Amino acid sequence: MAEQYVAAVDQGTNSTRCILFDRRGRLVSVAQREHRQLFPRPGWVEHDAAEIWRNVTRVVPTAVRQIGAEPSQIVAIGIANQRETSLLWDRFTGWPIGNAVVWQDTRTSRLVSELAGTEGPDRFADLCGLPLTTYFSAPRLKWMLDHTPGLRERAERGEVYFGTMESWLIWNFTGGANGGLHVTDVTNASRTMLMNIETLEWDDKLLEAFDVPRAVLPDIRPSSGVFATATDVLPGVRIGAALGDQQAALFGQTCFSPGEAKCTYGTGSFLLLHTGHEIVRSKHGMLTTVAYQIGDEPASYALEGSMAVTGSLVQWFRDGLGLIHTAAEIETLARTVEDNGGAYIVPAFSGLFAPHWRSEARGVIAGLTGYITKGHLARAVLEATGFQTLEVVDAMNADSGIALTALKVDGGMTANNLLMQFLADLLDVRVVRPMVTETVSLGAAYAAGLAVGYWPDLEGLRSNWHRAGQWLPHMDPDRRATEYANWKAAVQRTFNWIRPEQVAE
Amino acid sequence: MLRLLAAAPDGLGVADLGNALGLAKPTVHGILRTLQQVGFVEQDHTGAHYHLSDIFGRLGESYLDPNELRSRAINWADSLASRSGEVVRVGRLVDGKVEVVHHVFRPDDSDQDLDVGTTLPPHATALGKAVLAFDTSGAARPRRLEAYTTRTITDPARLAEELATVRARGWASELEEHTVELASIAAPIRGLGGLVVGAVGLAGRLERICDSKLRHRPDLISMVRSTAEAIARDLREDT
Repeated sequence: MAEQYVAAVDQGTNSTRCILFDRRGRLVSVAQREHRQLFPRPGWVEHDAAEIWRNVTRVVPTAVRQIGAEPSQIVAIGIANQRETSLLWDRFTGWPIGNAVVWQDTRTSRLVSELAGTEGPDRFADLCGLPLTTYFSAPRLKWMLDHTPGLRERAERGEVYFGTMESWLIWNFTGGANGGLHVTDVTNASRTMLMNIETLEWDDKLLEAFDVPRAVLPDIRPSSGVFATATDVLPGVRIGAALGDQQAALFGQTCFSPGEAKCTYGTGSFLLLHTGHEIVRSKHGMLTTVAYQIGDEPASYALEGSMAVTGSLVQWFRDGLGLIHTAAEIETLARTVEDNGGAYIVPAFSGLFAPHWRSEARGVIAGLTGYITKGHLARAVLEATGFQTLEVVDAMNADSGIALTALKVDGGMTANNLLMQFLADLLDVRVVRPMVTETVSLGAAYAAGLAVGYWPDLEGLRSNWHRAGQWLPHMDPDRRATEYANWKAAVQRTFNWIRPEQVAE
Repeated sequence: MLRLLAAAPDGLGVADLGNALGLAKPTVHGILRTLQQVGFVEQDHTGAHYHLSDIFGRLGESYLDPNELRSRAINWADSLASRSGEVVRVGRLVDGKVEVVHHVFRPDDSDQDLDVGTTLPPHATALGKAVLAFDTSGAARPRRLEAYTTRTITDPARLAEELATVRARGWASELEEHTVELASIAAPIRGLGGLVVGAVGLAGRLERICDSKLRHRPDLISMVRSTAEAIARDLREDT
C-alpha cells in the first residue's frame, strides 16, 4: 500500500503553507505562498481573503505533487491559522465583503476604550477570559458592521457570514456558495470575545454588548474531529482539525498534560501553559484561552502570555540600527562581551503586552554609560526576550499554582544558543528544543490525524516527540535576582510615556 | 573593474564599466554576475547600478558567521538526525581545530549534553577531514598528529592521501579513529563561490554506521551528502 500522509494547512499572517507529515510525524513536503499585506491607513492592516483562498488552492496540490504522491494518499486535512483576523462574506455569492481585518490592526482603539467605559477593560473577562483590547475579533466585527452601509441589516437577515480564517477555508473547502459548511473551532472561537469560556457557546450578553447578530456566527465545533469531507482542492479528503496557530503549536509540542508549557519564539513570542480541564482566571495579566477539544471530550484550557516584541527587536537592531548584517550575527556580537555591562533594553515599541498590558508605555535603554559597547547592546537585545519570558512565567506560576519544571521551545530564535542558555539560567528550568521546529503545522496534522484514526491516541503522538537539544540552568541565584530586579526597574521607566493629550485619533 | 567600482561611491552601470575598460556589454555582465555571486559586488534597488559591497573591509575575517551557519543548517540537520537516528553535528575549522557550530541529539531521548562551542581533532573525525580536505591556509594542518586510538591516522603522508580521497569522492569517513566502537560520516558544505565553509556529519556506534564488512553504509552516506547540499543551496540562495 502506498504511504499515507496528513496535510497541514498553516494559514499564517504572512503566508499560507502546506506541509505533509508521515506516520512518524516527520516532515516530507513543504509548499508556501506569501500574500500581500495591505496598509490602507496608519494602524490599519488588511488581507485579501480571496487571494488567501487562491493560495490554498495552489500550495496544497504543489505539496502533494512535489513528492509524487496522489491526492488519495492524503488521509486528512488539518488547519492552523493566524488568530483573531476577521472577515465577513456574502453567503450567496461567496465573495468577501471588504478585506479581512488583521489581528495587528488598531483601528478599534477608540471603540475599545468606549466599550471599556467606567468598568474598565476587564468587564467581559469573567465571560470570555479576555481583556478588551484591539487584539481580539469582536470589536473588529462591530466596527465592520457599523462602518459598511447596509451591512448590519443584511447580517440580521442572515445574508452575511462572519469567520476567522479557518472558517473561511473550511467553507471554501466544502463548496463555498454551493453548500459550504459555516463552522469554527473552540480555540478560534475563544479569541473572539463572543464565546462563553465555560459553556463553549456564543454568549447572548457578549453578542448584545458588541451588537453582533447571531445569524452571522458559525457553529462552534471541537478542534479535533471530522468537520466535513472536502469537495474542492482535495475532493474526498476529510477535514479533521482546525486550531489557532499558537494552540496548534502547543498540540504539536505534545503538551497534553496540565503543567506542560511551550513558548514559540518568532517576531513576537507566545507562551501557553496547559491547565487541564480547569479554567484558570488570571490575576496577573495572562489570557484564559481554550487549548483544544478532541471530539466530545471535555475541552482543555490554557493560560497564554503574549509578548509583542521579541524577534522583531533583533530585526530592529539589524535594520534600524544597522549594527549587524543578519539576525544570526547578533549572537556573535553578543559573545564579544561577558555580560550586558549594566544595560537593559525594554522593547515597549507599541506599549507592553503580557503581563503589563500598558498601551501608553514606550521603549527605553536603561543603565547607559560610556562603558557600553554595541556588544553589550546586542546582549541586552537578546536578554530582553529572556526577561519578558521570565515575567510571563512568574505570572503563570502565580496564577496556576503549578510551577513550571521545563520549557519546550520552538520557532526561529531557538537557533540562538546564547538566548536559549540565558533562558535556562534565568528561568532556572531545563529548556528543550524538539526535533521538528514546525510545530504549528505538526499540531494541526496531529489533531487531524487523530480525528481520522491515522494516529491512535495522544500517547502515540508523544512517542513521536524527540529532544533535539537541551539547555540546563547554571546561573548563580544571587546574580539571577539582581538581574531581574534591574530589569523590573527598567520596565518601570517605560510607563506613562504617552500622555493622554498626545493620543492621536 | 573592482578599482573602478571602489572609486565610484554612487555605483556604475554596465555601459560605464564597458566603456571605461573597453569590454563588450555581455562580458561586463558576466564578470559582474560572478562578482555578485561571491558577494563582492551589489546591485542597487533599481538594478541599474553596481557598487562594491562592504565585504572588502572584512575579507580577512571568516566570511560566514558561525551562528548564521547554524541558523541555515538547523532544519536540515534536524531532518538528518530524525531520518538516520544518529547524532548530527555541524562544524567549521578554527585555529586548526574543528569547532562544533551545531549539535542535534540522537533522537532516542537519552541524556545527552549540547557540545556546541567545543572542539574536535580534525585528523581523527569525519567532520574534521571534510573541512581539512578543502583548507588552503596550511596553518590549519596540524603538525603533530595525536593518536586517540590505535586506528588514528598519525602519519602526515597517510593523512594527505586520505584527504585526497575525500576531495575525490566528496565525503569523509572515520572508523574508531577518535573513540573505540564509534564511527562517523561527513560532507563539506560549499557556500558562495564554492568555498567550503564547514561540514555536516553524523556519528554513532560502529555497528549502526557500518555494514558487516566495516564499510560505511551507502544510505547514510547519501543522506549526509544530500543534507550538505541542501544547506549549501540555502546559503547560496539567500545571501
